[in-house]
Amino acid sequence: MEILWFCIVAFMLCMYVILDGFDLGAGVLHIAVAKDNDERRLVLGAIGPFWDGNEVWLLAAGGTLYFAFPLLYASSFSGFYLPLMIVLWLLILRGLGIELRHQVDHPMWRSFWDATFSFGSTLLSVFLGAALGNVVRGVPLRQDGYFFEPLWTSFTVQPDAGILDWFTVVMGLVGLSTLAVHGGNYLAMKTSGEVQRRARAGARTWSWGVLVTSIGAAVSAFAIRPGLAANYSEHPWGYVFPLIGAAGLVGVFYFNRKSDDVKAFLSSTAFIAGMLSSTAFGLFPYVLPASTEERFGLTVYNTATQSYGLGVGIVWWTVGILIALGYFTYLFRSFRGKVTVRKEGY
Amino acid sequence: MEDALLLHRLQFAFTATYHYLFPQLTMGLALLIVILKWVSLRTGKEIYNTGARFWGKIFAINFAVGVVTGIPMEFEFGTNWARFSTYAGGVIGQTLAMEGVFAFFLESSFLGLFLFGEKRLGSKLHFLSAFLVFLGSWISGYFIIVTNAWMQHPVGYAAGPNGTLMLSSFADLLLNPWALWQYLHNMTGAVVTGSFCVASTGAYYLLARRDEEYGKIFVRTGVIAGLISSLLLAFPTGDAQGKNVAHSQPAALAAMEGLFRTENGAPLVLIGQPDMEKKRLDNPLHVPEMLSFLTYNRWGAQVKGLDAFPADTWPTNIPLLYYSYHIMVGLGTIFILITAAGSWLLWRKRAYASRAFLWIVMLSFPFPFIANSAGWITAELGRQPWLVYGLLRTPAGTSATVSAGNTLFTLLGFLGLYFVIGVLFLLLVMKAIGAGPARIAQHERD
Repeated sequence: MEILWFCIVAFMLCMYVILDGFDLGAGVLHIAVAKDNDERRLVLGAIGPFWDGNEVWLLAAGGTLYFAFPLLYASSFSGFYLPLMIVLWLLILRGLGIELRHQVDHPMWRSFWDATFSFGSTLLSVFLGAALGNVVRGVPLRQDGYFFEPLWTSFTVQPDAGILDWFTVVMGLVGLSTLAVHGGNYLAMKTSGEVQRRARAGARTWSWGVLVTSIGAAVSAFAIRPGLAANYSEHPWGYVFPLIGAAGLVGVFYFNRKSDDVKAFLSSTAFIAGMLSSTAFGLFPYVLPASTEERFGLTVYNTATQSYGLGVGIVWWTVGILIALGYFTYLFRSFRGKVTVRKEGY
Repeated sequence: MEDALLLHRLQFAFTATYHYLFPQLTMGLALLIVILKWVSLRTGKEIYNTGARFWGKIFAINFAVGVVTGIPMEFEFGTNWARFSTYAGGVIGQTLAMEGVFAFFLESSFLGLFLFGEKRLGSKLHFLSAFLVFLGSWISGYFIIVTNAWMQHPVGYAAGPNGTLMLSSFADLLLNPWALWQYLHNMTGAVVTGSFCVASTGAYYLLARRDEEYGKIFVRTGVIAGLISSLLLAFPTGDAQGKNVAHSQPAALAAMEGLFRTENGAPLVLIGQPDMEKKRLDNPLHVPEMLSFLTYNRWGAQVKGLDAFPADTWPTNIPLLYYSYHIMVGLGTIFILITAAGSWLLWRKRAYASRAFLWIVMLSFPFPFIANSAGWITAELGRQPWLVYGLLRTPAGTSATVSAGNTLFTLLGFLGLYFVIGVLFLLLVMKAIGAGPARIAQHERD
């Protein structure tokens, strides 16, 4: 049962990164791919009906984590106090940027929100990568299951490291470049003309960043946490996850050159899903390893709630998520195809 | 440690109170937009639809602020109240997760269709999407109320390992008797806010002699919906909620009513100032025996005063609890008076011409926000000194690893950011009201 809920939470977080990932990535590229007001309205129009629903995956994943693994939720949220608060502020500013930009018809107003949206999206992409980096590296858990990390200490990987050290910064760059590629693929798929051309070019440039940073991050991850390899040597079928990721990255390069935007977007989706599931597979049963002593690490077993709650949850969760997937299918179908700028605004 | 506790409480109180200014309008307005669109669909009168579209524009701004200020609430359970989350997450995590899965997905998916899809969907499907946004926001409200109701009146739990709680009955959790009345009371409160905002805007248009056709619709819709909801707010929902408090949290009731000593035939205090040193109410103005009657339906019934309870189970801020409760009840009474007078004027066909009445309605819009906030402050202060009533005291629920200095940093950050959001929100809503429904309709046709 704990393993099932581990998979469910991992699935929801993965959905979040894939879905909110494309609108975050669109934000990273926003200023580079869209130069004038009409082009920027095009970018925002491409994500306008979706971004809020995408972000709900974060809330729903958070809620699910909360009830299935209360100690993990409590420990990680209080331990990552400062970065999470900064993430909240960035989410707020970025959401306002998307929603308020078209409310006042003045170039200064629009410039301000364009910059806010782009800045917020960029920092959030870095933070998402760095957050994953922290989970891989481990955090200074105490015996009671709690910890607190400052934002940074000396930038070296050590037991009392902060949120940011060289490894998590590299992971942050992985996050940034991956989402930039993903967002570029999405925009290329949903737009036409100059914006589409620049989005493709942006995705191509950033995919070199993905290649370099993820190789660097993967090598360092195994150096920092040799245990990551154990699950793979015990259960070789797990290699399917990194293979999906690698195939996705190859696809990103290949389909970008062929200007097949839909397949390029599916490839970056596969890359994200493959890499996140590889990480989860390598860490299991740990969900938050300790950098202090191995035995203080939080696992799916020592953080899960009791089986009655988990059993009830599986019933409503299945029903609820099927309905939600239905909404998403309907929503994406309703707004399928290329976006155009109408006179009314997006 | 004391400092940190205070700061954790202040930050949660501030972000929650501020956040709830927006959802109460979202939930109230969603219902009124559905009503306007339904009238348009039934009568074929386009003006109701344009009116709904105008409110949809304000709804969108309000919804966006509600969403972005709501995300911190879920996070803060973990960031600021980690020990509480470890203790009770196995129970209340259920309802918080369900809110995300059942309400937020519904709301956010159909909000996109409601805001961007009128031309693509046609009038019937567009009505449906408005209805589903309304449904989503009201389902969301239910899960939040169930979560709060469990903290007020814990049910359906059992002791789990390591001193934590676990869920023992899903049905008991969802059907908590406390939650039903609290939900209905809260939702009618949200409708009052929506109604007063709609009526107030309508009154402004009539007073300013512009968009008068819309002004009349807004005043009429707002006053009638306001009267129905204000009456329901007092009875049966407010009455039943009060009896819940009397039954399960008698010390909170005594503090709310300013009753320091147990009395047979206890009076209902209208005005007065609690003096915590002398343990009495200064300058009281009261209705004899009324509290006994309202609580137990008998004039001579005994109502327990604060003296009947050990001081360490008294709510920790009795004067503020007393005032917020009285502000809520006092304003609720005024809402009934205003909307009843308005309904009478509508019936006599004098409402649109009575400038005195329109001025009162126009200036009344802030008060439902105050009353709803005061109501929540009453509920939350009445629960003290408990975080989970009778089970976990508030100081035992904080994040022990988060220091006072770090909490002050984020509290100041929220104060600054939310101030800016408030200014932007007012600016944009005033701009939309200034543009007016007629110009928005004109804009659509071009």
